[in-house]
Amino acid sequence: MAERETVRKTSTSRSTETVEEESKSASTEKSEKLKAELDDLLDEIDEVLEDNAEEFVRNYVQKGGQ
Amino acid sequence: MAIIKVCGVETEYGIQMLGVPDPNPITASSLLVNAYLSLVSKKVGWDFVDESPMVDARGFTRDFQLAPEVETHLINTVLSNGARYYVDHAHPEYSSPECYTPREATLYDKAGEEVMRRSMEAAERVLGPGQSVVVYKNNSDRKGNSYGCHENYMMDRAVPFGKIVSQVMPFFVTRQIFAGAGKVGTEMAYLPKEQVPFQLSQRADFFEEEVGLETTLKRPIVNTRDEPHADAARFRRLHVILGDANMSEYSTFLKVGTTAIVLSMIEDGFLDALDIAVDAPVPSLRAVSYDLTLKRPIVMADGRSATALEIQGRYLEAAKEYAAAGGLASLGDEAEAKEILRLWEEVLSDLEIDPMRLADKLDWVAKYRLVSGYRERHGIAWDDPHLAAIDLQFHDIRRGKSLFYRLGQERLLADEEIEVAVTEPPRRTRAYFRGKCLAKFASNVAAANWDSMIFDLGEDPLRRVPMMDPLRGTADHVDELIRSCDTAAELLRALGS
Repeated sequence: MAERETVRKTSTSRSTETVEEESKSASTEKSEKLKAELDDLLDEIDEVLEDNAEEFVRNYVQKGGQ
Repeated sequence: MAIIKVCGVETEYGIQMLGVPDPNPITASSLLVNAYLSLVSKKVGWDFVDESPMVDARGFTRDFQLAPEVETHLINTVLSNGARYYVDHAHPEYSSPECYTPREATLYDKAGEEVMRRSMEAAERVLGPGQSVVVYKNNSDRKGNSYGCHENYMMDRAVPFGKIVSQVMPFFVTRQIFAGAGKVGTEMAYLPKEQVPFQLSQRADFFEEEVGLETTLKRPIVNTRDEPHADAARFRRLHVILGDANMSEYSTFLKVGTTAIVLSMIEDGFLDALDIAVDAPVPSLRAVSYDLTLKRPIVMADGRSATALEIQGRYLEAAKEYAAAGGLASLGDEAEAKEILRLWEEVLSDLEIDPMRLADKLDWVAKYRLVSGYRERHGIAWDDPHLAAIDLQFHDIRRGKSLFYRLGQERLLADEEIEVAVTEPPRRTRAYFRGKCLAKFASNVAAANWDSMIFDLGEDPLRRVPMMDPLRGTADHVDELIRSCDTAAELLRALGS
């Protein structure tokens, strides 16, 4: 039983609470920023993506290596 | 006391030749390396005399198994930053020089990417209109063919190999939760596609053994290649073939940093009481890779269970105690080692709360978020080729095309230091001697390899300078000497060889 507890306790639950409280506003801000950046990329991604996705994926063939 | 974890990263890049009928990957790879060499115009060949990829760390040599090919006819060269740049298994490969710390290994890995970019641009200038060579820093073509990104760590020969295997195994099975580069789908033919829409690792599909010598077939989680490229009586080089090639500087830094800490702990006997073993490492490696929740339990050897996060947590706790006991000196830079620990803890904590918090730091999270976003916006299924295309193009190293670079990830390194690392060697390992000799006396360097350099002074015989200790030949040792010698002959006289 004691050993079982060790496994549980050493997960990061302790720091979880601290991190959550301390950085709630910072993390909301950050996740909004991340979302805006992702949306920007999704808006323009079709211009960047290889023209024919199916052909590009099919033609990407490598010899095996290490 | 654990010895300094001299380390390095070697990457086989994926390669595509466009606008050419029947493109040949070996020709394309050779073209890249040659084009780069013509840019820097210092051709020095690689010396194969001391290569012994068939020596097994478990203490025997096999000469009948599938030998890792040493293709001496293929182009192979040394760069002034101390790296090796060559064609291996139909891929261009860059092996970083020996680095003193994990951050330095991250820096020289990124310098390798820059070497590739410059090679592509140089190749473009000699190719016809509409033709180009494109390089990808990934590990799979999504059709069952994989190519590697290997790490190397210097270890004390006195540590029994079996102890390394058993104590590092649970760590290797689970470190992909932060080190994985992510992959859309799976290449395991027997699995229904919908069962694995996305996984953490590029490589997990390709591992079939727990321990072994092979690197191209039946790949093992712990590779036993015993080729120290140094004094074999004192040193071992742990050759880690398990990892993904990372685009993210954070992923590489954490991967190399945490591994170096774990290996140091093993060397110091600090994990002898850890007492964790995964029941079935190979299936568990895949199970961890397929579990995006990071919460599914793995069966341990004693019948209990633990999640990947919990297993990493165990190693982290041990590492914090190790640090408190003054154990981090072997990481080469104490402040940096503490930063690795801080980051390790922060990342495990974020992964537990919500992995998406790490979308600007870790490869697999960034990629997952991008393909998920695209999928939702267009209402497409997971097997839509657009998602596979995004997966591949994440790893395109051209800044304009690479979806990784378009995402604008957080950085650890500055462009200026990467620029310097393209040509300047690390200062605190023997790579300094190799790189500086090459920069100053290239016309007299007949060949080089990891543990020696061969000089041709225009008279017989050729002169070999052994470099059997990776921590000798540093800037502190040889900088003044190399500066003060005008010719290679003077240098060799001063070295007494």
